[in-house]
Amino acid sequence: MGSYIRKRLILGLIVLLGVVTITFTIARVIPSDPAAKWVGPRATQEQIQEARIELGLDKPLIVQFGVYLQNLIKGDLGYSLRTHQPVSKELAAFIPATLELVLLSFLFAVIIGVPLGIYSAKKKDRLLDHISRLFSIGAVSLPTFWVALFFQLIFYSRLGILPLGGRLSTEITVMFDIPEITGMILFDSAVTGQWEIFKDALMHMVLPCITIALYPIGLVARMTRSALLEVLNEDYITAARSYGLKENKVLWSYALKNTLGPTAIVLTLSLGYTLVNTFLVEAIYSWPGLGNYVATAVVTLDYPAIMGATIFSAICYVTLNIVADIIIALDPRVRL
Amino acid sequence: MLSKLVSIETLKPKLKEMRFLLYLLQKNKLTKLALYVAVGLFLVALLAPFIVPYASHIRDEANPSNKLLPPSKEFFFGTDELGRDVFSRVLYGTRISLNTAVLSVGLALLIGVPLGAIAGTIGGWIDEVIMRITDIFLSFPPLLLAIAIVSVMGPSLQNTMLAIALSWWPWYTRLVRGQAISLKERKFIQAAEAIGTSSYKIIFGHIVPNTISPVIVQASMDMGGVILTIASLSFLGLGAKAPTPEWGLMISTSRNYFLNAWWYSVFPGLAIFVTVLVFNLLGDGFREILDPKTRKN
Repeated sequence: MGSYIRKRLILGLIVLLGVVTITFTIARVIPSDPAAKWVGPRATQEQIQEARIELGLDKPLIVQFGVYLQNLIKGDLGYSLRTHQPVSKELAAFIPATLELVLLSFLFAVIIGVPLGIYSAKKKDRLLDHISRLFSIGAVSLPTFWVALFFQLIFYSRLGILPLGGRLSTEITVMFDIPEITGMILFDSAVTGQWEIFKDALMHMVLPCITIALYPIGLVARMTRSALLEVLNEDYITAARSYGLKENKVLWSYALKNTLGPTAIVLTLSLGYTLVNTFLVEAIYSWPGLGNYVATAVVTLDYPAIMGATIFSAICYVTLNIVADIIIALDPRVRL
Repeated sequence: MLSKLVSIETLKPKLKEMRFLLYLLQKNKLTKLALYVAVGLFLVALLAPFIVPYASHIRDEANPSNKLLPPSKEFFFGTDELGRDVFSRVLYGTRISLNTAVLSVGLALLIGVPLGAIAGTIGGWIDEVIMRITDIFLSFPPLLLAIAIVSVMGPSLQNTMLAIALSWWPWYTRLVRGQAISLKERKFIQAAEAIGTSSYKIIFGHIVPNTISPVIVQASMDMGGVILTIASLSFLGLGAKAPTPEWGLMISTSRNYFLNAWWYSVFPGLAIFVTVLVFNLLGDGFREILDPKTRKN
């Protein structure tokens, strides 16, 4: 077990090295003149020449790659073309808001997706199962950015019960001192007991969270359903039933335990999807997070910023994949 | 050269197999409906230039007097900020989305299938290298790699296609490699080897044609995801450029008007949803009939 995890971690590092090689290729090899990209479209010839030397583009590719790796390890992701600030510093400022969103929608995926999947499996081929299946496929077919606009149209414009966007209302930011501990307002305000802020922040999170959670909810419900159905066909379940155990007992204490593995894996992997989905949704809700940062960077073709966010998200995704693999390994039925 | 090796004769039994799959697909009502809608969408895409009510509205032609009109008999889906018919543009968008999606998937197949066939047939260190590279490509979250590639190459529909192909090929490599490994053990391949057929001919003349049906099934299952990716990239400003009537781009432009003109964003979004849903339903149907656990008859 321990040796497997060690092996998996080493493999993860190798994959990360590969990921970085690809981002290096995208940033330095694909563009015909990376220096011109670096200084932006309005630069003069001399500026481009200077940038070429500054970036070390006059050196052989392999040396450039070495320097690139060294900088990455130091956490240096270069400078944003738009703001001329270090990308790593900017990312650090934007990540908490996104993390808050992703974690809350993850919670939604668990508390809605799992029961939906269980219920569907229990009532297989009945009306509710069909509805939940259709919902799951529908949820993964929806363009999230469009859902975001649609929700705003209904809940803000028509019904007027939820705010249009942002993290807090203007009144709240003016009236109160917003606590800053983790950068996640919900958590910070709860810890300091400022419930007024907490309530306002929560109201602002409802729409973005549901929008982002739709995809993982659908995915988790489908996975739970199929995993549970598979388990329910096993001999030991038949045995349990033939002992005359109550169906609920069979389901909750015998079957469900063995579906936790696959469900946990889908959940971890869907976190990765959710992170990328914020790229499409945050800008619509004016949510000051990583996604909004990327969307702005895309419009201004600020490519060091995009590459920085890409590397960050890829590292998260690889880490999540490793976590998922370790979850599989925790299952005693899997001999490694 | 490939067309010479993959003759119609070798493909005939494969086509029969595909027909059988289509027959099985039709047994599920929802899948059957999805199949018909998908065929309809392809027809719309094909005939779009002839059936749109206002062909000139596909381009930048402004008609300010008809600006942002709600849906009516004249304009089914209303008009946009330049007074163009949204219905015509959504209809034409089908052509753009399907065309881009088919080409992207095709390009991904062109990269992925040969690599998978080579890895599976030859094995050894070549296999090891190819598969590790696919692992690395697959460790990017979907969409992210495409965003990075297009943002460096510059936004355009061609670059979108290329970026999607570059992030999708590893799936086909994996699939075809698995197929190739099992095919390699079959008598007809061993016979071909015994009479000294070159590995090039074995890979492209025998292995690749025999992996065609699972590949086509997989590719059709991927269409939904690819269409969604295209729309997402265009929405971010990394795909089609105005005045192209691309759905994601239309929604992106409509953001400035949507609180007053709901139709402008709602209809292109519905078009994306329906198209992606149809392909996902088809994919689900395929999965069900191909999975021996759920395939009862």
